[in-house]
Formats: sequence, structure tokens, C-alpha cells
Amino acid sequence: MSRLRTAALVGNPNAGKSALFNVLTGARQKIANYPGVTVERKAGRLILPSGEPLELIDLPGSYGLDATSPDEEVTRKVVLGEFEGEARPEVIVIVLDASNLEQHLVFAQEIVALGRPVVVALNMVDLAERDGLVLDPRALEQALGVPVVPTVAVRRRGIPDLVWAISNAEAKAEADSHDHRQPHLTLPERRLAARNIAKAAILSETAQHKLHARLDTVLLNPWLGPLVLFALLFVIFQAVFAWATPFADALEGLVAWLAEGVVDVVPAGLVQDFLVEGVLNGVGSVVVFLPQIVILFAFILFMEASGYMARAAFIMDRLMAYVGLSGRSFIPLLSSFACAIPGIMATRSIADPKDRLTTILIAPLMTCSARLPVYAVIIAAFIPNRSVGVGVGLQGLVLFALYVAGIVGAMVVALVLRRSVTQGAASGFIMELPKYQLPRLNDLLIGLWQRAWVFLRRAGTIIFMATVVLWILLSFPRALPGESQVDASIAGKLANGLAVVVEPIGFNRDIALALIPAMAAREVAVASLATTYAVDAEDEEEAALALGDQLSSRWSLPTALAFLAWFIFAPQCLSTIAVARRETNGWKWPAFMVAYLFALAYIFAGITYWSALALGL
Amino acid sequence: MTLDTLPTSQSGRITAIDWSLLAPEEAQRLRALGIDEGAEVTIAHRGVFAGRDPIALEVGRMTVAIRRSHARAMTVEAA
Repeated sequence: MSRLRTAALVGNPNAGKSALFNVLTGARQKIANYPGVTVERKAGRLILPSGEPLELIDLPGSYGLDATSPDEEVTRKVVLGEFEGEARPEVIVIVLDASNLEQHLVFAQEIVALGRPVVVALNMVDLAERDGLVLDPRALEQALGVPVVPTVAVRRRGIPDLVWAISNAEAKAEADSHDHRQPHLTLPERRLAARNIAKAAILSETAQHKLHARLDTVLLNPWLGPLVLFALLFVIFQAVFAWATPFADALEGLVAWLAEGVVDVVPAGLVQDFLVEGVLNGVGSVVVFLPQIVILFAFILFMEASGYMARAAFIMDRLMAYVGLSGRSFIPLLSSFACAIPGIMATRSIADPKDRLTTILIAPLMTCSARLPVYAVIIAAFIPNRSVGVGVGLQGLVLFALYVAGIVGAMVVALVLRRSVTQGAASGFIMELPKYQLPRLNDLLIGLWQRAWVFLRRAGTIIFMATVVLWILLSFPRALPGESQVDASIAGKLANGLAVVVEPIGFNRDIALALIPAMAAREVAVASLATTYAVDAEDEEEAALALGDQLSSRWSLPTALAFLAWFIFAPQCLSTIAVARRETNGWKWPAFMVAYLFALAYIFAGITYWSALALGL
Repeated sequence: MTLDTLPTSQSGRITAIDWSLLAPEEAQRLRALGIDEGAEVTIAHRGVFAGRDPIALEVGRMTVAIRRSHARAMTVEAA
């Protein structure tokens, strides 16, 4: 058998599965999608003491095998070996939250009863100790009839023992491939048994000084809670702008240095033009936004790993209910601030189909990180960098306003949709609020690396292709002496046609030109503008001008503001449309999404342009 | 007395649940989280905005958020 033998991590949500997975596999992880569904398949390599590798998969958190959401369906099918294209795992590793045994043992018993080789990781024993619980793993082992290993994934405690246990279970699986099924117990029976097993395993329980309860009295306080959340969101957006600047400047310097190097080495001509104007200006102008994207994701990952994200959902639930959604939609929508793709995929935890569809349809309105390059360039070029009060900059304030505009837009759209096309029963909100936990730096770094890599891969593929194609369209046919290269080019002629359509909303020909390749991804708009102005430049000196200076000398303020308004709404991201199609099983809803978003973009860019003109800006 | 009228930080035992008021998936999820007849629960926090919705419920060692509409379907007695 050439296939790598596999082990699967299963458990309730919030059992610390992902942290355990990170410790067991290190950075050797592969994230892909399960065929047919967009549930993430996280797999990595675990090296056994014998030196042999084992494929470890991290299954979505689940409360039982009879669950309903698409996430939990994957867990059930993989565990039972019914998932097409995924072999039944040889070993199942059940991850239990040591401080919540009564609940987690309910699902654990269901897995143990399957009679497959099982190892139990009694995880987060440190949190249990903090809560005043002393546990006896041996008692648990006897009651369940499977090996139990106490672990603290985030502190790397108990990991070698767990690997040993997995290795032994795997060897046993090889020797004896029969299942030893146990009689199936009903849910009330399992719950009763879980309570008894937990009672027997708890040696002592002292008065608890529950940290999470005390934190919740502040963070879920009717007055302080929303204040803290709102302040946090504001800090995030200020940080994205302020903290990233030195890193972005450094990257910009690197790109400029590379361009100089190319000019020195490669003889002047088409090849040099291609490398400097096409590749470095285009891709470089997007890559410089990596620091901002990393900072935004760092906050989101921290909120998720610390357990605060669920509190944010709790606080937001009532507001979401006003527009016919629930607090559950808040998490996908907040993820959409980084990228709509993971956001739309995260809607799978929403049980109600109408709720889920509405959330998918409004997710692209959240200001994703791909808009940041666009916003950042325009803001830097047109909004003066001055303070409007204690530590609050005008630029950051404008950025914040753009985010708020996206949110308000999304809420109004949700309200309208829930009363028209996605009408249905009011949605519910049932959600576990996990214990607070200080996330491990390593877990955050692994998550950040994965997000940064996705962005860089996009920059290296989609954005690279789009800028190269645009450069070719811009560079041919060659202009006659005295004629502008952009006017003479194929792209220039195409854009002239589109420019007629977008002229009423204040867009010039260059913008029309940038909008075409930006269909692939929004940040390409920046790359396109950079390429266009580099090609269009009279001489090398002008070409070397930063994009911001080019823009502020060529665009009026109303045009720039209209451009910002356009990007609040415009669905310019092929990947998002593709994911929406996959998640809604057809073209109907993505087509609807694209149509309504373009309509809104056009209307609001127009309103912005004409209002700005009327105000004499 | 229904659960939504139970005072904050007072414990109660769920004696009956009117499942007809809950969607089947909601009922299943509540049961999976251990919110079922016989469970002992405490309202730890109430929501923020008008209606004090949702409710953070302590069930065993877990905290679970539910809507008031769910709590209204549950009859409790003080424990």
C-alpha cells in the first residue's frame, strides 16, 4: 500500500484541536478543500518515533456524528470512511477539553463506540488546573477503554507521549483491522454516562476563580462591552495604517532598488520596459501592502484564538437581528474584512440556509484587504496627513469612514434582502462562548504565514498575469513619435469605449483602463494605474515618480472620492464570484450579487462625484 | 416560569421544553450543547441592546449564547 496511513483529529469545537494540530505537524501543513464542498481540509505530517511519517488531518469541530451543518457532515463522513476520495483514517485522535469533560465526553463516547483504534488527548489540562480541577487520566482511560494522554498543546506539554500513543494505536490498527463496535447509546444515555465518567475522573475540585467569568463581566457588560469592541475595531484600523508604514516603505524601497538594478543590467528597450514598467511597477505596487494585510490578519487571528471573537458575535447579535441576521454572521463578515473568500467559506457554520445566503451576498461589501491598496494609494495622494485630535489622523479617519460605509451598506442590503429575495423565518443564535486563552505566538505565526502566502501567491499569479497582459495591451501597437503611447495602444482604445459609460460618475479614461484588469482582483487597479502612468511617462524621471504623486497631479479630488466610493461596492474579484458560485451551487446568486453590487457602485460613485463638485471640492 | 424571566445569576432547572417553538436544527443544536430537560442552567449575562437579547447561559462548565426566543420555550424551576 503506497498511500500514507492517516490519523484524524476530532472533537468538539473549542477543544484546542488546531493548536494541537500545529504542535504535532509544525509548519509541515497543507491546506486544501475537500472535493465538492468548500470545507477546508487541513493535513500535515506527523513523524512517528520510528521515523515513519503519518498523515494527520484536522477535522472540523463537531458536537456529534448526527450533526447537520456542512462542516460537521465532513467530520462524520471522514470518520465513518464514507467520504469519497478520502481514505478512512487508521487512527482517530479525540481531543477533549479537560475543563469541560461532561460536555466533550458525549461526542467522545460516540467515537469510541465505533470500535476503531482511538487515542484521547486530554487537552488544556492547565486551564482545568487554573479552574481548580485535578483530573485522573487513568480513571478516564479505564472508563473509556482507550489510551488517554494529558496534553497542553499551547505549552507543548505531553506531546511526545501523545505521539507514542498514536504510534501504538497505529501499529495495533495494522495488526488487527477489525472494528470492535460497541452498542450504540442514545444521546441522554451518553450524557448521563459522560457525567458519571467525568465525576469519576475528577479527583478534586476547589473553589474556582474563573478568570473567564470575570473577564466576561467586563467584556459582555451592556455598556462597556460594545465600547471595548468598537474601540478595538478602531485601533485595528488605525494600526493597519500607522504600523505598516515603515514596512511598506522598506518594501517600496526594495522594489525601487530592483528596478534600478534592472535598468543597470538590462539594455534599454522593450525587455527593460517590460521588467520595470510591467513586472516591478505592477506587482511591486501590490506587494507593498503585505504589511497591512498581515497586521489586519494578526488582529483577527488573535481575536479568534483568544476566544474574544465569540463575545464579539454575542455583542453584535442584537444589531444583526435588526437586519434579519444573527451574531453568527458577524464572524464571517469580520473575516471578510481580511478577504471575502475565507469569509464566505466561514458561513458554513450558519445553519439557516436563508441566513447563510444573505451573509454570502453581503460579504463582498466588507472592506477586504484587497481594497486596502486602492484606498491607501488614493488616501495618501489626496487626503492631507494631518491630525484631527488626540492621536487620530485624518487619513486614518477617512479609512475608517470607508469601512463604516461598507458596513452600513451591507446592513441596509441585508435588511432589504431579508424582506425580499431571501425572505424566511427569523434566524436563531446558538453559540458556545469558549474559555479565554492566551494564544500561542507560534499558532498565530503559522496562521499569519498561511494568509501572507495566499496573498503573495495571488500577487505572483493572478496579479502578475493581469499586469503583464495589461502591459502588452498598453505597449502595442507602438506609438508614433509625438503620440502618447497609452492613446495609441489597444488598451487605450478599449478604455475609450468604457470611459463613455463611466464618465458621468467622474471617471477618466485611465480609471476605465484600470477597471478592466481589476475584475481579476481589486488591487490590480493600483498595479494597472502604476503601469499605465509608467508607460505614459514622458521620461525616466517622470516614470520614477511615486504613483501617489502621479495621481494627485492628474486626478481631481471629486474623481478620487468617486473612485473610493466605487470600490466600496464594486464586486471586482473573480475568486469571490467563483467561491460564491461554489457555495450556492449555481450561477443564479453570484450573478445577482455581481449585478446589485455594480449597480450600487455606479450609483454611489456618481452621488459622491456630483456632491463633491457641488461642494466645490 | 420560563427561562427568559429567570433573574440574572440565579440558577434554575429546565423542567420542560416546548420543542414545537424551536426549529428542528435549533433543537438538535441545543441538545448537543447539553441544554435539555433536566439541565441546570444559570443566566450569566444578558445582551447589550434593546430587549437584552441574546442571553449567555451557563450550562455545566460551558457558556452558551442563545436567543430569548429560545429561552421562552423553556420552563424552569429555581434550583
